[in-house]
Amino acid sequence: MVDPPYNARPPVNIRNFCIIAHIDHGKSTLADRFLERTGAIADRDMRAQVLDTMDLERERGITIKAQTARLNYRAEDGTEYQLNLIDTPGHVDFTYEVSRSLEACEGAILLVDASQGVEAQTLANSYLAVEAGLEIIPVVNKIDLPAADVERASAELASVLGGDPADVLAISAKTGAGVDELLKAIIERLPEPQGDPAAPLRALIFDSYYDSFRGVVSHLRVFDGRLGTGDGVTFMATGQKGTADEIGVLTPTATPQASLGPGEVGYLISGVKDLGLVRVGDTVTSTARPASDALAGYAEPKPMVYSGLFPTEGDDFERLRDALEKLSLNDASLVYEPESSGALGFGFRCGFLGLLHMDIIRERLEREYDLDLVATAPSVAYRANTTKGEVVEIHSPKDLPQANLASIEEPYVAAMIITPQEYVGTVMELAQGRRGEQVSLDYLSPERVELRYRLPLAEVVFDFFDQLKSRSRGYASLDYEPHGYRVSNLAKVDVLLNNVAVDAFSAIVHKDKASDYGRTMVKRLRELIPRQMFDVPIQAAIGSRVIARETVKARRKDVTAKCYGGDITRKRKLLERQKEGKRRMKMVGQVEVPPEAFISALRVDTR
Amino acid sequence: MIDQDRPDTPAMNDAARALRGAYVHIPFCGKVCPYCDFAVVEGAQDQFSRYISALEREISLEPPWGPLDAVHFGGGTPSVLAADVLGGVLGAISDEFGLAAGAEVALEANPEDWSPGYAQALTAAGFERVSFGVQSSDPEVLAALGRRHSPSDSLEAVAAARDAGFRSINVDLIYGTPGESLQSWQRSVATALEAEPDHLSTYALTVERGTPLSVAISNGAPSPDADLQADMYESVCEAAEGAGLVRYEVSNFARPGHASRYNLLTWAQGEYLGFGTGAHDHRSGRRTRNIRRLDAYLDKVESGTRPIAGDEEGGEWDSEVERLFLGLRRVSGVESGAGGEALMMSEWGKRLAAAGVLDRSGDRIRVARPLHTDEASRAVLALSQPDC
Repeated sequence: MVDPPYNARPPVNIRNFCIIAHIDHGKSTLADRFLERTGAIADRDMRAQVLDTMDLERERGITIKAQTARLNYRAEDGTEYQLNLIDTPGHVDFTYEVSRSLEACEGAILLVDASQGVEAQTLANSYLAVEAGLEIIPVVNKIDLPAADVERASAELASVLGGDPADVLAISAKTGAGVDELLKAIIERLPEPQGDPAAPLRALIFDSYYDSFRGVVSHLRVFDGRLGTGDGVTFMATGQKGTADEIGVLTPTATPQASLGPGEVGYLISGVKDLGLVRVGDTVTSTARPASDALAGYAEPKPMVYSGLFPTEGDDFERLRDALEKLSLNDASLVYEPESSGALGFGFRCGFLGLLHMDIIRERLEREYDLDLVATAPSVAYRANTTKGEVVEIHSPKDLPQANLASIEEPYVAAMIITPQEYVGTVMELAQGRRGEQVSLDYLSPERVELRYRLPLAEVVFDFFDQLKSRSRGYASLDYEPHGYRVSNLAKVDVLLNNVAVDAFSAIVHKDKASDYGRTMVKRLRELIPRQMFDVPIQAAIGSRVIARETVKARRKDVTAKCYGGDITRKRKLLERQKEGKRRMKMVGQVEVPPEAFISALRVDTR
Repeated sequence: MIDQDRPDTPAMNDAARALRGAYVHIPFCGKVCPYCDFAVVEGAQDQFSRYISALEREISLEPPWGPLDAVHFGGGTPSVLAADVLGGVLGAISDEFGLAAGAEVALEANPEDWSPGYAQALTAAGFERVSFGVQSSDPEVLAALGRRHSPSDSLEAVAAARDAGFRSINVDLIYGTPGESLQSWQRSVATALEAEPDHLSTYALTVERGTPLSVAISNGAPSPDADLQADMYESVCEAAEGAGLVRYEVSNFARPGHASRYNLLTWAQGEYLGFGTGAHDHRSGRRTRNIRRLDAYLDKVESGTRPIAGDEEGGEWDSEVERLFLGLRRVSGVESGAGGEALMMSEWGKRLAAAGVLDRSGDRIRVARPLHTDEASRAVLALSQPDC
């Protein structure tokens, strides 16, 4: 067991921080540079060594997130510091995970590309960091680029943080320029962690993942007390108990330690096999001497977006079940339950943290498990209030109570959009078209504007981000967080094929948009449903009120003119082939529907 | 018995199963029509005599059978051959198998080949039924179909056949040629009916793979409009009925006593022999087809071997399915039987009954909406043998 020198350090020499940055603004490069400057990895071997290490760790069955690492740093005055770089997930769907990572830190580096300026997610995360009481070091990166506008980016940073542009550091993570100054600033500007080594153990889990050999591996930050190898541990939110089979730090190589004390960051392997029992945000305490109160801020992961996932081949249902089971081992926020659809067969109603999360899961299912899937239009979690005073959470339009429905509430989000000022008009138009209420409009700089809106989540999940990007030529950025529920004028629109509702197309939509939705769906289906022996009405309806209608006119002629002379065999073979084609049809309300018709109709939506 | 009945009488239609037939294929055409996908060759006059010898040789290779109730010369265009040549082949058949009393002896003919003298020579040789490829009386439609006769040729041909003593005269019409309007079609039908044929066959133009028509369409030429063809079908049904012709199959109409026996026996699963390129044969539950290519056919027959390209034999249930599949094309429908029961019990059959396509009355099942016959056929072919 390698214990000293790490545990010999008094807490006063620790600094825990994270890097908040937009994608491609240089977070990984900066992390690599830190590893190199602090000697965690020798300069010239860096790339090879990191990779080798990863391979080695994989063999051991632990996957390391390279950006969570302990760095040993000697200051100019010769003092040794332990710098813990804590990784944060970088997307709006994972706000809660981000908040837990921030909770483990005392400070954050807000890293901005000098040619791009501040983006919405970066800003949202830095506000989270400020709220969490973190000290922020604003940094402009990529100053080596010809397009870099250090002054403008610095002014923006100072403006959003309410600081002085002179406090903004200018670096190039790529060339290393300014990195030493940044390390110095980390020591000087960030506070040292506080904690009571004598109190019962309290450690915050800020990341947790499943490893098929070792079970759940958690990344944690100790606040009080001491976690020692072999100690009995309890996860306070779930009540799950385990043993600290292995604890250690990431250098970034996983290096076992005898114990971790207040302010320290490391990993814990406790023998628990179910990720659902070792949740991000939970507090680890000692089983022998438990803390009375958990650290604040734990929340159950709550799906924001629901969608039905169905295999296009009915036979793949079991494979889909297996795949979801495996994925959920690694992703406690993925929830799913079996769902059967008259139109699409058997599948699962899945809940996701957000759209990106949904896309990631779908893509992994398709790529890693070789499944061909169709997804119903994403829906949010509505709340139905009944006249009897009950509140029912609605994850699927079909769950909406038919009787005694008093009102429907929908989730809202507080959204922040940052856009170059020339796109303000079109972005506002988009937000208003999506029932947005503007809260504020602020100029971050003469060129860039921060817009704040309250928007129904349902409007955001439906291609809002794509629209935003296309209207702003890719320059606008978006972040949002839940902002309660509101009663809205919502209705369930059903799509009926020959008077039978096709469940996969039912949707809860705002009444102002119901006929648009209805018209779009019936038109789309009319193109996809072949002509039958009779006229087939395709209708969209709210309850019994029809709001859109199309008709697939009856097929008039379905007979070959002639049964040629004695050649019965050929005619028979032709009809046999056609018969096989027809056998694949699904029957819905006496209508023959090609299996791919519903899928095509849905794919237009989600792609 | 058969000759006096209305053509849609169930008893007569079913009794045709006991008839014996023979089909003789004459593959030659003066010009091959762009929609045709039969075993045909254009011109090839130098092959006529060799082919006729081969036909006679093939007839002689057939085991004894007969006598025959129906002999049908189809093509191609049988009327490109001289009457004595056709008579010779008929004689060979008659010698080999015998003809039953009052046997139907028919040939297909193009109006432009026809003349009073030719007609008389054919009746003298024993032919008593003729089917003319009239197709249309609209010169533009005829041109589009690649036909070489004029509307007046058709009328003259029918008259000449009548004068020569043909007992039954049929007119073939084609509808739905791209460019043909409903009005043009109705004029063609009216013209044909004015000639008072005993039998009328009306075929929707069908695009068969590999034909020049199909190639033209894939290169952007207009294709037949199925909805317009449906209107044309309904229109001709009404007109034919008004003229005293009774529909007895999807596309065939006849005056009482003039149904095609050869057709009836085909639809009733009767047995028939087939001679010539691409001809089909149905004997003892076995369906056999001849080699389609002229040179290969000739070589085979000349070496003293029957020119069979392939055959199929089904079990009892296959035969039952086939009975429905063929019989449901007839207006008289089919006796229900095991297959009919299975059909009406099947989900598909129930849907068809609900849509008014299948109709059951007493022990007979009929297709009440003939324009949907193929769907009924698919439902029949989808039946699986019921467990006993």
